[in-house]
Amino acid sequence: MNPSLLHDAPHPAETIVLGKRFRLPNSRSIDTYLANDGYQAFMKASKMTPDEIINEVKTSNLRGRGGAGFPTGMKWSFVPKQSPKPKYIVVNGDESEPGTCKDRVLIQYDPHQLIEGILIAGMSVDAHRGWIYIRGEYRYLIDIMDKAISEAYARGWLGKNIQGTGFDFELSTHTGAGAYECGEESALLESLEGKRGVPRIRPPFPAVSGAFQCPTILNNVETFAAVPGILQMGGQAWADLGIPKAGGTKLTCLTGHVNRPGVYELALGFPVRRMLEEVGGGIRGGKKLKAMIPGGSSCPILTGEEAWELNMDYDSMAKVKTMLGSGGVVIMDEDTDMVKAALRIIRFYQHESCGWCIPCREGTLWLKKLLTRLDEGVGTVQDIDLVGDLADNMLGRTFCPLGDAAAMPMMSIVRKFRHEFEAKLAQKSVSMAGLPQLVSING
Amino acid sequence: MADVTFTVNGKSLQAPAGTLLIDACKRSGIEIPAFCYYEGLALQAACRMCLVEVEKAPKLLAGCTLPVAEGMVVHTESPAVVKARKTTLEFLLTNHPLDCPVCDKGGECELQDMVFRYGAGESRFTEIKHHVDEKQWSPVVYFDAPRCILCYRCVRICDEGLGVKALGVTNRGAYAEITPNKGDHLECDECGSCIDICPVGALTSGIYRYQTRPWEMEHVGTICTHCSNGCKTTLGVKNDQIIRGNNRDRSGINGEFLCVKGRYAFDFVGHAERLQSPLMRVDGKLVEVSWSKALAHVAQKFSEIKAAGGKFGVIGSEHTTNEENFYLQKFARQGLGTPHIDHRRSGDVPALLDAVSGKSGALATTADLYNAKAVLIIGSDLSQQHPFLAYQIRSDARHHQAKIFTVTEGPVREDKVAAKKVRAAAGEQLAAVMGLAEDLRAAGDLVVVFGDSIQGSAVGELVSFIDSLGVPAKYVCLVDYANSRGALDMGLAPHLGPGYHAAAQTGMSLSEMLADATLDALWVVGSNPLKSAKLASEKAFVVVQELFLTETAQRADVVLPAASAYEKSGTVTNVCGEAQRLRKAVSVMGAKADLDIFGLLARGMRLDLGQAAPDKVFEEIRTSVHGYNVPLPVIATGGAAMTAPVNGRLPAAAQPPAIQSARDSLFTSGSLGRYSKVLKTVLEAPGGLYKP
Amino acid sequence: MTFSPELEQRFAEMAAKYPEGRQKACLIPMLMYAQDEVGYMTEELKEEIAKRLGISVLEVNEVVGYYTMMRKKRMGKTHLQICTNISCLLWDGDKLWERACQKLGIGHNEVTADGAISLEEVECIGACSWAPAIQTNYDFHHNVTPEQLDKLIDDLRKA
Ligand SMILES: Cc1cc2nc3c(=O)[nH]c(=O)nc-3n(C[C@H](O)[C@H](O)[C@H](O)COP(=O)(O)O)c2cc1C
Ligand code: SF4
Ligand code: FES
Repeated sequence: MNPSLLHDAPHPAETIVLGKRFRLPNSRSIDTYLANDGYQAFMKASKMTPDEIINEVKTSNLRGRGGAGFPTGMKWSFVPKQSPKPKYIVVNGDESEPGTCKDRVLIQYDPHQLIEGILIAGMSVDAHRGWIYIRGEYRYLIDIMDKAISEAYARGWLGKNIQGTGFDFELSTHTGAGAYECGEESALLESLEGKRGVPRIRPPFPAVSGAFQCPTILNNVETFAAVPGILQMGGQAWADLGIPKAGGTKLTCLTGHVNRPGVYELALGFPVRRMLEEVGGGIRGGKKLKAMIPGGSSCPILTGEEAWELNMDYDSMAKVKTMLGSGGVVIMDEDTDMVKAALRIIRFYQHESCGWCIPCREGTLWLKKLLTRLDEGVGTVQDIDLVGDLADNMLGRTFCPLGDAAAMPMMSIVRKFRHEFEAKLAQKSVSMAGLPQLVSING
Repeated sequence: MADVTFTVNGKSLQAPAGTLLIDACKRSGIEIPAFCYYEGLALQAACRMCLVEVEKAPKLLAGCTLPVAEGMVVHTESPAVVKARKTTLEFLLTNHPLDCPVCDKGGECELQDMVFRYGAGESRFTEIKHHVDEKQWSPVVYFDAPRCILCYRCVRICDEGLGVKALGVTNRGAYAEITPNKGDHLECDECGSCIDICPVGALTSGIYRYQTRPWEMEHVGTICTHCSNGCKTTLGVKNDQIIRGNNRDRSGINGEFLCVKGRYAFDFVGHAERLQSPLMRVDGKLVEVSWSKALAHVAQKFSEIKAAGGKFGVIGSEHTTNEENFYLQKFARQGLGTPHIDHRRSGDVPALLDAVSGKSGALATTADLYNAKAVLIIGSDLSQQHPFLAYQIRSDARHHQAKIFTVTEGPVREDKVAAKKVRAAAGEQLAAVMGLAEDLRAAGDLVVVFGDSIQGSAVGELVSFIDSLGVPAKYVCLVDYANSRGALDMGLAPHLGPGYHAAAQTGMSLSEMLADATLDALWVVGSNPLKSAKLASEKAFVVVQELFLTETAQRADVVLPAASAYEKSGTVTNVCGEAQRLRKAVSVMGAKADLDIFGLLARGMRLDLGQAAPDKVFEEIRTSVHGYNVPLPVIATGGAAMTAPVNGRLPAAAQPPAIQSARDSLFTSGSLGRYSKVLKTVLEAPGGLYKP
Repeated sequence: MTFSPELEQRFAEMAAKYPEGRQKACLIPMLMYAQDEVGYMTEELKEEIAKRLGISVLEVNEVVGYYTMMRKKRMGKTHLQICTNISCLLWDGDKLWERACQKLGIGHNEVTADGAISLEEVECIGACSWAPAIQTNYDFHHNVTPEQLDKLIDDLRKA
């Protein structure tokens, strides 16, 4: 039982490239895929040199869709040309950043597009084996992917000498088991190898030493899924869909207080105002926008006023010190309790901190305890400062970016919505006036 | 690698490219604090204490994983670094119980030191701490999770250092916890390395916990009395009792390595059955007598038997000091005029010395085992029988990718790091080694370690085979106990005097003495030959110097209570031929050092054998025993001095039979082991060989 | 320990999917698919998988303790997982959670007395655009209203 993830028709403001087969009947079958340009990009790539493929991807200005936005073509070019070890492709389908639910759509509606992207990547670096790591909660998607893979094998689009091109490729899925940190690339590789999902020391980066200590291309599902389209329409045409330095379209997950939440394919640089008003159908109940998280809960939060005038792209977001992230847009209306929101966000990062390093392990727990107290209205004004201070003490000092992911939203929330924290304290101190003060003696 | 030049705190430094910043700084006297970084173990970068500021880097970088590079400019005490350090400590302390006053680690705790130095000031943490109850994982290992700072040192030392991997991490995040291999308890070597390496009081020792504060102990660095590896152990002594053994200062050949015996099996010293008064047979029964009475009796009987031209047999020990052994053989040969002297022999050292005569540097040191390109292990379950040698070899494989070859009768732990493993019965091991010719030749610089399966002519065959490979090779002939090697070097053998010179007259071997029904006197020092054999001579006057009433002591006419190695001074020589000094840690009432007993007996018999004082005898050894002319300062300051007992062919005396290892495991140790409660109470006792 | 023929087949195919000598990579998938049959990570299951992969039970325990979906105890026939993370929170996912707790009389990671239903407050399950979302075992339910939750629970109770 997999509920539909799409509105009946695309929104007119969408630029449909990745999603062009989504609404076809039986969209995930190989027949539908083949009948609709499927695997043509791979055939095209098979006549190109590896460098030509990588250059095409570079030209497209495709940037990683997993969150960090690293230029994909450049990443691929880091894989050593000559290597005594085999090379691998690993797909990051861990999709666990709160607010993000787009890889799900890509796999549920068009798994072969992903397979084709993987094949092209494999060809560009001479890799012949790959794994699609999918979060354990998405079991039904693993089944869909497994089915697509076996179809591809049966029809000669995977395996030995694919379609007579002389190119071999073996592909399989690999399930996660519930751990956000396994979305972080090096922790994902540990998990793939059957271990605890704790991050690895870098360098070496996966391109040099990744899965099973061999050179590895590791990208997000959406990144790979974009590749067939790029080869087909040409890197430049794809780049032109977006804005300078960031090409193409991006699946954007509109979540929270909009009238029409959903996953939409928007060209990079799409204005936030249009995204909310036109695509999202306006803020729920005609309320005012209080805050927006642009790309998953780890991104610094924006106030409504800040957000309204921005465009959805890497550089615009960087200018206001936040990130485009994974495309998980969280919309909060004027009634949202920001203290509660902050608590919920830190609860997540605390739960998911792998525990490897001290600042993240202890910092997230302390913040959670502190915010729990503040949400209950117990505490002092200094405690509000402490939230920002602890987050600042984590920022940039943890082993992997999860610590930053926890710290950044906290810092921005207490800075931008401090008055809400103060109000909560004030409210409580009125209602608790006369009661003995609650202080922990167990410190 | 070529040196690079970089700057730390304004000081220009040089180090080979690729050196980790933390090491490079340490060598130049600049400390970068760290918890998880531990020289020799895998890098973690988890504690974040070592963050430093590197110019042009966008954020602070971990000094423990950062290789120095040309032109790098580093600040280790800048305001940003100092703040990061302080806050990391503040984070750490949020869940760390502040129970320093009752914590075993108080005073030796790295966290305490770090807070003292870098300061966490007052804590802003007012929430409730996460509590988990303390757990006992084995008789010797306790774990208090809240104190754990998750530096993973214990996990790494157990996996990488010991090759056991008995510790892991379970749960996640703030609830992540070190966990033992059996869920709620440990099954391992019980070596206690995890306890020792723990920077805080999370892992504590069942033997030591709540006994004392570290500063109330005297710390005596001496040599472990159990196996032949000769690990240095620092005994913590309080009120004339040993309460702890470790080697945290890493001062000896073994660095910080110690096995369960070195760390805990000192407890035989205070065993209730320890002999504390001489015993004399009166009306067929052993009764307590005074020292003067016992000594007078022995001196008188020995003098009478000597005067009557009677036959003496003398059996020495593998635990007594070089000085004692040297003095004993002199006592026997010169004082009693008997050629019948021997000890229980566990390895064919003479055959090896003979086979390598003329080659210089053919005997491997323990350090060579760590540096060799390849190691060939023949006929020993090394991790069980020679744990420190095994540790060296494992470290060699880990740090230098050394090629390891095992030729053993059963599976051994070293197989895990072995390039090739071969199973062969004792008699077929030489042939099996020859089958490895190609691999050995390709591997290069070789150290060959062999046990009692290679003895007699097989030793020479082994050496000539290795010679034929054309690769440089060094050897270790495995022997059992703390001074097995010294016993041979000092001439406790029927055909060999000190330094392996031919004895003036070849005497009976140990087994021949026991079988000789005409023996008039048998003098046994620190040995228990009657555990597994009978004494044929019923008339023999038997004198035994021992710690306990062993099977042999029970047959004695006079039993003289002896002091153990932890109760005396002197030198011992380990399996590789490294001489080291014992330092007296405690004294046990009533017992005397064997050397003192010899001296008193010599005086009683009016023999002139020189002064029976360790220093005097050692001086005599240095000047008279070949290869023992070791530099005194090395020995005196607690170092190990390599000896080189011979460099010529050995006398071709008839090879005495019965060279056999006692095949002790990690959890047995001859008579001493029988009286160690710790070795008996661990789950793994008594342990076996070839079952990794 | 025996598994269904389908699972055995899956295990057999799985082994070939990873480089030679790196079969420990099968650990997490094996545990997850086996859990579907066995219910949770029993000692017997952990020992069996350790044996098959030639690793120690400790290595299995390290992994089992780490991953949220690896169940440390038996859960209900239907494991009801309610997301209260940010996007769901904004659509009253927290109220759904409280409602389910009240209705079932159990809390986080608890099981009803009859073993039919267990509850878990989960982190984001990737259904943020269709909030509030819940999962019953591996099935997703989107845009769940309180009434739908009530009905779902009633149906599960009857089943
Ligand atoms: C804590 C953390 C969680 C992450 N989770 C995901 C994820 O769920 N999916 C993903 O594709 N990338 C995730 N990433 C980013 C990956 O580390 C990596 O940058 C990305 O998969 C690379 O692919 P891309 O270049 O195609 O974006 C995460 C990073 C961090 C630090
Ligand atoms: S027990 Fe000690 S050594 Fe082990 S991780 Fe904890 S603090 Fe480190
Ligand atoms: S926040 Fe609930 S599914 Fe994402």
